[in-house]
Amino acid sequence: MNFNPKIILRALVGPLTVAGMLCGASLAAQAQEIELPHQSWSFGGLFGTFDRASAQRGFQIYNEVCSNCHSLKLAYYRNLEGIGLTEEQVKAIAATKTMPTIGDDGQPAERPATPADHFHLPFPNDKAARAANNGALPPDQSVIEKAREGGADYIYALLNGYGDPPPGMKIGDGLYYNKYFPGHQIAMPQPLQPDSVEYTDGTKATLEQEARDITTFLTYIANPEMEQRKAMGVKVVLFLAVMTGLTYAVKRKIWADVH
Amino acid sequence: MAGLHKSEFKNPVINWVDTRLPLFTMMSKEYGVFPTPKNFNYFWNFGALAMVNLAIMIATGVFLAMNYTPNTLMAFDSVERIMRDVNYGWLLRYVHANGASMFFIVVYIHMFRGLYYGSYKFPRELLWMIGVVILLIMMATAFMGYVLPWGQMSYWGATVITNLFSAIPLVGNSIVTWLWGGFSVDNATLNRFFSLHYLMPFVLTGVIFLHIVALHITGSNNPLGIDVKSEQDTLPFHPYYTIKDSVGMCVYLMVFACLVFFAPNLLGHADNYIPANPLSTPAEIVPEWYFLPFYAILRSVPNKLGGVLLMFGAIAVLFVLPWLDTSPVRSAKFRPLYRPFIAVLVVAVVVLGQVGAHPPEGIWVVLGRVATVYYFFHFLVLLPLLGKLERPLPLPESISRPVITRGGGGGPLPSGAAAKPMEKS
Repeated sequence: MNFNPKIILRALVGPLTVAGMLCGASLAAQAQEIELPHQSWSFGGLFGTFDRASAQRGFQIYNEVCSNCHSLKLAYYRNLEGIGLTEEQVKAIAATKTMPTIGDDGQPAERPATPADHFHLPFPNDKAARAANNGALPPDQSVIEKAREGGADYIYALLNGYGDPPPGMKIGDGLYYNKYFPGHQIAMPQPLQPDSVEYTDGTKATLEQEARDITTFLTYIANPEMEQRKAMGVKVVLFLAVMTGLTYAVKRKIWADVH
Repeated sequence: MAGLHKSEFKNPVINWVDTRLPLFTMMSKEYGVFPTPKNFNYFWNFGALAMVNLAIMIATGVFLAMNYTPNTLMAFDSVERIMRDVNYGWLLRYVHANGASMFFIVVYIHMFRGLYYGSYKFPRELLWMIGVVILLIMMATAFMGYVLPWGQMSYWGATVITNLFSAIPLVGNSIVTWLWGGFSVDNATLNRFFSLHYLMPFVLTGVIFLHIVALHITGSNNPLGIDVKSEQDTLPFHPYYTIKDSVGMCVYLMVFACLVFFAPNLLGHADNYIPANPLSTPAEIVPEWYFLPFYAILRSVPNKLGGVLLMFGAIAVLFVLPWLDTSPVRSAKFRPLYRPFIAVLVVAVVVLGQVGAHPPEGIWVVLGRVATVYYFFHFLVLLPLLGKLERPLPLPESISRPVITRGGGGGPLPSGAAAKPMEKS
């Protein structure tokens, strides 16, 4: 038979190699389209921890700005101890909030919150939230850092991403241009401006500073276990590295007479 | 006395039990002195690793189930409650979620080992087929597990995948309704998926038991793909392979730990941290990474039924693989043509994985189709032909021969043994 398998092989490998390269190329193209500026975060890397002061300023921003529309359903006030507030401070913060309850007379009533309570909800339900926000539902922010591609970098970029639309782009009614929002039209008006808050620790409230602080806070709220996780991870991996070395040495010894 | 087992164990308690129920004798026979080819390389670690992985999944899964609520209104929050309020709940969940990925990594490598060294050939055909059943059960289990957190990808993934069955002519829609327990993916679906997700691993355990029984009947294949000829070719499983598997396990655990502790969401999809919303479809519905090649095959066919058939066909073809491959030589080491083609197959599957992760537009459609065609061409056309066209390299006389001669002793080399140095650990 006149059959040269090498030719077939070449015929197959060629296109597939090209295919692989094209894969790489279009991946690169796509990355360009949604490229987020990469920030350096206190909580980044293998040994990262949350910058307590930044997270506390972030809570101040959430408290004074975001919490008007965005819920933080999954978080408790007691979680604030994780960003360095004392039990007393947390109690005092919780006491300024109210929780819906049923009074002794059986009627809806309100009571002061305690550290064991979830964060106060800005709206009683989603419909109320939409009604107050031009039909758009402000997403819950409890796990927002994990729920967005790009995580912390995305939140930071979005908060800094407002501006004038490029010439020729039509922005829908009640929508705002944002460079980093998918589709570039976002229903949330620019939430943070320079000096949106007056920091209690005297830090200058630039837009970048505010974005950095709220991102740190929200990353903590989405990953309250992160510091414990990374610290444990370092120990586990070190242990396993030693274990691997020892096991390999024993293996060599046991196999010594086989080779 | 009739029926009692003659135990060789000295310890009176062990002896007493072993006489009546020879578990100790069995363990010693199957995992102690079990004769195992002496030339395994580290690819032979992955069966044991898969067992370890299953054990990890069941152990973490049982504790997760204690804290999980299979109700559409509470599932998402109950998972987050595990992450936040259950002691080490984050560890349980991240180990379980990444454990699924590790399971597929391990099993895919295990399968590659089988393909490369011809482990599916006579007399191990049934062993291989049971393995394919294991893969199918794993896939079903993983799919249903991914639905449980009830995020956007859970919900929409479940909707897309269950809807595949609607492609079946005449009864398709009825089957889908039956699967859902209603007219959409809803609480009934979530509830039954939870029940089945808990059940399947135990079915899996049973099938894996059969896989191992079949393995211990035929004995293991080895990197040379030739039969064990004498006792010289083998080593007792313990301590030689218990320790070698332990080395692999340490490395595996290290990779696993890096994922769990430093990048627990790397292999997941951000959208699954958004609670399921039947009124809002995500921009892109993407399955977990380990399903992407199959998803790509599904989408490469412009016809729904055709796509579904081809996707299931991609696995069905593995069932009959022992009969598609006509070459009597097992190991790719001695198959000069098969060897490069198996590399092409790996490239094709990786390309399919990439295609599955992207919307089916432009170049991705073409790539998906080319790779899909190659996948089936490889199994259905190449393998039957190669066995007839290929001239395999001469096989070594026995497993132990090249080992001894390499040590410097012994007489002249058999022609085959000189062809390649041993692939030893």
